[in-house]
Amino acid sequence: MTLAIDARGIAKRFRSTEVLRDLDLAVEAGTVFGLLGPNGSGKTTTINILTTLVRPDAGTAVVAGADVRTDPDAVRARISLTGQSAAVDEVLTARENLLMLARLSGLGRREAASRCAELLERFDLADAAGRRVGTYSGGMRRRLDLALSLVVPTPVVFLDEPTTGLDARSRQELWCIIREVADAGATVFLTTQYLEEADRLADRIAVLDGGRIAAEGTPSDLKAQVGGAVVELRGADDALLAELPTDDSVHGLRAAVDALDRHPASAVPGAHVAIRRPSLDDVFLAITADPAETDGASLIGAKG
Amino acid sequence: MITTIVPRPAVDFPGAERSRPAGLTAEAAFIGRSITHSLRDTEALIMAVVLPTLLMLLFTSVFGGALDPSGDYVDYVVPGIILLCAGFGSSSTALYVSRDMTTGIIDRFRTMPLRASAVLTGHVVASVLRNLVATGVVIGVALLVGFRPTASAWDWLAAVALIALYILAITTLFAAIGLAASSPDAANAYGFILLFLPYLSSAFVPLETLPAWLAWFAEHQPITPVIEAIRSLLMGTPMGDAAWWAVGWCVVVVAVAAVWGTWLFRRRASRR
Repeated sequence: MTLAIDARGIAKRFRSTEVLRDLDLAVEAGTVFGLLGPNGSGKTTTINILTTLVRPDAGTAVVAGADVRTDPDAVRARISLTGQSAAVDEVLTARENLLMLARLSGLGRREAASRCAELLERFDLADAAGRRVGTYSGGMRRRLDLALSLVVPTPVVFLDEPTTGLDARSRQELWCIIREVADAGATVFLTTQYLEEADRLADRIAVLDGGRIAAEGTPSDLKAQVGGAVVELRGADDALLAELPTDDSVHGLRAAVDALDRHPASAVPGAHVAIRRPSLDDVFLAITADPAETDGASLIGAKG
Repeated sequence: MITTIVPRPAVDFPGAERSRPAGLTAEAAFIGRSITHSLRDTEALIMAVVLPTLLMLLFTSVFGGALDPSGDYVDYVVPGIILLCAGFGSSSTALYVSRDMTTGIIDRFRTMPLRASAVLTGHVVASVLRNLVATGVVIGVALLVGFRPTASAWDWLAAVALIALYILAITTLFAAIGLAASSPDAANAYGFILLFLPYLSSAFVPLETLPAWLAWFAEHQPITPVIEAIRSLLMGTPMGDAAWWAVGWCVVVVAVAAVWGTWLFRRRASRR
């Protein structure tokens, strides 16, 4: 197994705020890795350290075989970053943006022109290629942003909240592109607040909370951590009346259904049961819950 | 002698490597970008032509009669208007630099194997070129309203060189202000202070006419020797040691702004 990203014991503080403490990350080459976390949990700082923008206070990080501290230029040669705010030049056209980036990446004129035409086509920007980026929609900007990152198909691709603020349609389009990039063999490291996004794209997910990794695994591993299927009782208007977790055994399921059978609401006309798998939202909430709140909830539960 | 060869780490990842752009390719690309920005900033372009024209007409027709009834005020005021316009023209550099630093585009360049500071070189070079063109417009308008310089070709060359050096100095300063400012709006506001300096110099009235304390300030601030040197080259007024002071001030400003700017550029990188 080759690690595309191998970070150990990363710590970073900004003035009095400790953003990351003792963070470990291992990302296997050729996989898609999703870093999840609430706002302010240190996702962007993690990306900034792995992409050589910020030096860690402690720890080592090896990205695509080079150390971010001792050999940043070798790392930079093998990565691309699509940051949170679209890093595009609004005064230039899409074609000019791509040609400039190709030149800055050391491509010759001819190679740059053909690569540029290819990317404009692939990202569905060919018709707008001669227009200033300032006139683009949010989705088009994001597509161009990603196209700029792929001018050189680097082995490791970093995406910081790639679909934040986009409508559903643009999000779907970007997901397809990210999938293609991964299928072509690149290692993709993405941060997101959307659990659905991580679920759809990532082979492995880590949940960042309080500056360190709170949980890590495949999406189904993480879901399994919170428990088995959940049986729900819903009313005629589909409102949730009761839900019971199970341990995924036949016996457990039967016990849950029996319990719901005794529930007064089950006799109401139109009432129905449904079984669902725990979602990543359940995982996320369980892991990042404020301990004080959790204690409070369990106390109330014990009294009831 | 023993040569140690540090091996590049082996790469066994699929994909291509970015190569470091050769020589000054990055600088050339960024200069091209900044020139395109200048040409597409219609507002600034119109300002670059309208402002000198208006100022020239204002000072020669409106104030000129009161300041110098002989009607030769245009010959006195041209160097001042050149510097005033160059100041306005360079001030947009603070805005452009600040915009680059705050929009995230700088992070893209910083994660590539190139000198990211070449972005600043691009803005500075484009500003010098843009403002030399604006200076041409000022001189053109001045000639139309009766400016009659006595300079030889060599004097002209020296004057243009000094003006270019002045533009370089003030642009580098504006670039550093752009780096220091937290937002493009803040950059604009700080820059405004600098634009006021030419009014407190010998640009529009001789130093002798100013109150003593102001005359002292005007005499010792950098704009006055630059103005006196240009005036001497174009109109044949006495040079004295103005040329040395002018060049000295500009070189010091470039050096200080460059060091300050480099420090700010590095600090901004590690702060987020």
